[in-house]
Amino acid sequence: MNFDLSDEQKMLGEQARALLADLSPFDRLRGLIDSGAEWDEPLWRALAEMGFLGAAIPEDHGGLGLGALDLGVIMEALGGANAAVPFMSSIILGAEAIRLAGSEAQKAAWLPKLASGDAIATFAYAEGPGSAFATGATLDGGQLSGSKLPVADGGIADIAVVLVAGGGFALVELNQPGVTRTRLDSFDQLRPHYRLDFADAAAEAMPGAGKLDRLIDQAAVQAAFEAVGAAEACLHMARDYAMDRQIFGRPLGGFQAIKHKLADIAVATELARSNAYYGGWAAESSPDDLPAAAAAARLSGIKCFEMAARENLQVHGGIGYTFEANCHFYYRRERLLAVHLGNRGFWADRLLNAQPGAQGKAA
Amino acid sequence: MDFNDSAEEAAFRAEARAWLAAHAPAHELPVGAKMPDTEEADRGRAWMRELYAGGWSGLTFPKELGGRGASGIEAVIFAEEEGKYPLPKGPFTSIGTGMALPVIAKHGTAEQKARFIEATLKGDITWCQLFSEPAAGSDLAGLRTKASRADDGSGDWIVNGQKVWSSWAHLTDWGILVVRTDPTVPKHKGLTFFVVDMKTPGIETRPIRQISGASEFNETFLTDVRIPDANRLGAEGEGWACCMTVLMGERLGSGAHRSGIEPLLDYAAATSDGHGGTMLDDRAVRLQFADALADEQGERFFQARLRTMVSRGENPGALAGMVKLAYAGRYQRTNGLALELRGLSGIAPDMDDTATGDVQYDYIYSTVMRIAGGADEVLRNQIAERVLGLPGEMRMDKDVPFEALKG
Repeated sequence: MNFDLSDEQKMLGEQARALLADLSPFDRLRGLIDSGAEWDEPLWRALAEMGFLGAAIPEDHGGLGLGALDLGVIMEALGGANAAVPFMSSIILGAEAIRLAGSEAQKAAWLPKLASGDAIATFAYAEGPGSAFATGATLDGGQLSGSKLPVADGGIADIAVVLVAGGGFALVELNQPGVTRTRLDSFDQLRPHYRLDFADAAAEAMPGAGKLDRLIDQAAVQAAFEAVGAAEACLHMARDYAMDRQIFGRPLGGFQAIKHKLADIAVATELARSNAYYGGWAAESSPDDLPAAAAAARLSGIKCFEMAARENLQVHGGIGYTFEANCHFYYRRERLLAVHLGNRGFWADRLLNAQPGAQGKAA
Repeated sequence: MDFNDSAEEAAFRAEARAWLAAHAPAHELPVGAKMPDTEEADRGRAWMRELYAGGWSGLTFPKELGGRGASGIEAVIFAEEEGKYPLPKGPFTSIGTGMALPVIAKHGTAEQKARFIEATLKGDITWCQLFSEPAAGSDLAGLRTKASRADDGSGDWIVNGQKVWSSWAHLTDWGILVVRTDPTVPKHKGLTFFVVDMKTPGIETRPIRQISGASEFNETFLTDVRIPDANRLGAEGEGWACCMTVLMGERLGSGAHRSGIEPLLDYAAATSDGHGGTMLDDRAVRLQFADALADEQGERFFQARLRTMVSRGENPGALAGMVKLAYAGRYQRTNGLALELRGLSGIAPDMDDTATGDVQYDYIYSTVMRIAGGADEVLRNQIAERVLGLPGEMRMDKDVPFEALKG
């Protein structure tokens, strides 16, 4: 048994963290919010140059052909920096949906552009409140109709993979008359969400059927890596503040009320990281184990980031409520990460249903 | 990353499996049998003898001391394979192998090693741990049992005091004992470590009536117990270092527990919700069990990460406490939840309900898991200080002679 990242994967994570520390400091995030920016385009270009966007895209389509764990260390770094880039939308969901379900022509047309960052994809699955993965939109004779909302990064995406009636995917270019994009007020100020209305928009069916489960299981693992990176960033921010802040004649971090809280977050984060590792390994090497592994990773990722985002702000006290402090970036993103890709209840059912025996039959 | 055995590990596992298949079945405990604890201990000794004869006793112990000299990961593999059989293993043998042997090997004289190690590996000597006291648990170094030299010039020590939570003390042959020999120095510095023959006059063990109804723990009274100086381990005043050797072993060992939420899911699925479904259809129940299941899987894979560290010769340190902290709380939470599923019948099950008793027992026993081997609060401090680097606790008793402390 060797249950650790490889040296190459650790180095990849280091490179990603260094790049993000350089290009995406908190003041940069504040500037993006103040200017109402859609995203951090220069950062995206830099990620493309480093090869990160194409990490898991096959080599014959312009990527590096690496695996889920390689992607995971990048996602962990992006989560840690709270970066304003469409990596989940374009790479984890869009590119992977095309790889799993697209025709050879669709792969050839789009994967190289997604790997190079010249095109951006998103995955449009929700249709308002209700089922996370909704299928009201229809694809009929190459014409897409219906509405998808909210759709992350819908303002900057060139193409969308749209979940449609029957559970299949449609591939649609968003710069066309049949598509209307409306920016919604997004709770996460660094990841704008859109309403996409399709009125007989030209779209292609994607031939691969029944790929939704695999797609979202893989994405759940990556979301767990992102959550772990973000939770750890919050934990370290809280730790550093508590070490520095003097109160009643000693460091705030010397009080058990703080120590024990941070210890619990550290435990939750390590459990989530362990589940994410296993999920990444299962995605690469043991597909039968992926559904349970992905659901566990997803649930423990949500849990650790929820604790960390809330208690980080709490440890900071009043300063945490200011825009100048950095807690709020994570506090907002955490809610987004808790509900995208299906919420806790959705993944709880998937985890229980993946268990062997009688208990899997319920609900 | 690879979850599977390496070639060497697979070969070791195959060897262990073959040996166990040939020797373990004869030692299996009959399913569901309740037996007197004397018989349980005798069976434990017999299994130790079998292990020793086969060369599987003291797996990670050096060969020159009678062990196998195996790696940490090999010990884990053997434990996994051994765990597939219902064997008579428990504190009556593991305190000897997991606590007494490491401290004797590290701090003992050549004579002490020769006298105790092989005999313990064979199951001829079993051990109990005489550490905790009524007023010294998490703050073990505050213990009060005292020893002073006999005034007859023999060099012997005379021990007086009371120990508590000494598992199996009534049936074991020897005890590892820490006592205060110098109250004029700060608390950690005045301790000395001994091994003591439990048949020595003046030792009285009384079973503690526990909240579970069982009595595997004892309180042990020591009244003018005479211990020869030859049974002192380490120098006078070095007792705390010996304790640390023992407690490190305990902490690494206590990560190995399993809780199994799966039986509780079966229990929920076998419980009617009164509307034609089962309690496993209930939203609140599903959310809580799924949360616990995700934790359980996380603990398992976190342990796999720790084992990888151990296999590289790294010491997980306070990280090992994370598993125990997570496990113990979850064990209590999930069994507490399960006890709500049948409503009042969880409290007073009907005569044909054979499943609820286990849930009740586990809910009671989970309290032990949160206290023994490092209480939740102690583990949180260790994680905060050693993993996160937060400040240590204020110690009012630091540098104060023990005899000057309040209490």
